[in-house]
Amino acid sequence: MQPRKQDKYNLTFWEKMYIPEILKGMKLTLEQMLKKKETREYPEEKWVPPPSYRGAPVLVLEDNGVERCVACGLCSRVCPALAIEVHAAETEDEKERYPELFEINMLRCIFCGFCEEVCPEEAIVMSSTYEMAFTRYEDAIFDKEKLLTPVEKLRPRLEYLHAHR
Amino acid sequence: MDFTDIIISLIKIVVMFGVVLLTVAELVYTERRISAFIQNRLGPNRVGWKGLLQPYADVLKLLLKEDIVPTAANRFIHTLAPIISIGVAFSTLAVVPIAGESIHLFGREVQMVIADVNIGILYILALTSMGVYGLTLSGWSSNNKYSLLGGLRSAAQMISYELSMGLSVIGVIMVTGSLQLTEVVHHQAGWMWNMILQPVGFVTFVVAAFAETNRTPFDLPEAEPELVGGYHTEYSSFKFALFFLAEYANMITASAVITTLYLGGWQIPYLELLGLPTGVNVILHILAFMVKVGFMLFVFQWVRWTVPRFRYDQLMNLGWKVMLPIALANVIVTGIVILLI
Repeated sequence: MQPRKQDKYNLTFWEKMYIPEILKGMKLTLEQMLKKKETREYPEEKWVPPPSYRGAPVLVLEDNGVERCVACGLCSRVCPALAIEVHAAETEDEKERYPELFEINMLRCIFCGFCEEVCPEEAIVMSSTYEMAFTRYEDAIFDKEKLLTPVEKLRPRLEYLHAHR
Repeated sequence: MDFTDIIISLIKIVVMFGVVLLTVAELVYTERRISAFIQNRLGPNRVGWKGLLQPYADVLKLLLKEDIVPTAANRFIHTLAPIISIGVAFSTLAVVPIAGESIHLFGREVQMVIADVNIGILYILALTSMGVYGLTLSGWSSNNKYSLLGGLRSAAQMISYELSMGLSVIGVIMVTGSLQLTEVVHHQAGWMWNMILQPVGFVTFVVAAFAETNRTPFDLPEAEPELVGGYHTEYSSFKFALFFLAEYANMITASAVITTLYLGGWQIPYLELLGLPTGVNVILHILAFMVKVGFMLFVFQWVRWTVPRFRYDQLMNLGWKVMLPIALANVIVTGIVILLI
């Protein structure tokens, strides 16, 4: 059905009377008033992001307590915001190299996910953390201790990556 | 009039003032909540139980702001304008009766109205038209183009709608035969509310009341998108808060007047059949009055978040070409009906 053109020349008598139309509008707003509210009361009720969400990048910690990272430095290389710093060192493990120092400056990070994409070992992935507020500059530089996350917590993201990459 | 009468009047004034101030504060809250509900939001719900203390937080914040008077402004009038606004808004309530029967205190009858003036309706009309001075003076003294435009608009709008307001009240006066508000309410006993006797007058009066209180759809004096706030652009801190208070106090006044003139004031139909003692009756009357005023206040806010603002020419067209003839016709028809009956 073609919607009727609403200009001042073809309003019906009751539409010109204003009041019934205003009452119609008031009925509508009253119905809206009784509807379910869309607001999420944030600090109490937190949003759980889907696995496709790119939150803060973290390092994957295997079950045996060793990080997957082999300190190849590709993430640091690809990072467009120059947020990642990796210092490599040798280890007795099978992987031979490990990051002696791994720092991500969360004030520089733009959450592009390039580091995750480029990583050959799937050692750095984007987590679902989105609450990052700092009161001091030093707090914003995440070191290895803060970045290492058990692989179990990152399972949804890893599965998502396997399915879609 | 002796000392005790003065004391009683003072007590009544203080009580009325306190109740109105509290209501104004909570109106700010309900306004935000109702707007939020209509837009499927929650609104302020953090300060105090369900956010009820939010307006007090707002007022405290306003108190802590710097009070700025623009260098080019006329300092005296700039300060006077909000005082006029709020004074006028509050003083109208003096003649509104809130209960029918008198109670006996200190061996004398205490009427449930601050001043039972025999020209109550005229007093209300006179004071509501005084309210425009506050807005116009604030607009003019700010020395700001937008404020001046807002002030001028409020003057033009008030004058246009004052006419239809007065004419619709004439219908009520003709039906009642008195200008005294207590008489008007007594005349509406049972279901003989003026809303039923004067439906057209009721609609015109309510529309005019919306215009008088500068509420949407008639809030042209402060039209935010075109006039950046209009008459109160140059106000800050507590002077701004006073304008805010005055707007809401005006709403209460308008609701109280609508209730008194058209919704039967404190009348509860068939209450007299129960034969309750005076004290209970008075309390029930006050409650009925408050419920009616509360409903009107809700309607004010409900309409605000439903209807968009009129354009200026539409406002003037409606005022002079529609409202005025309808109100006049209402007076004539009422006169003919009264003659025939």
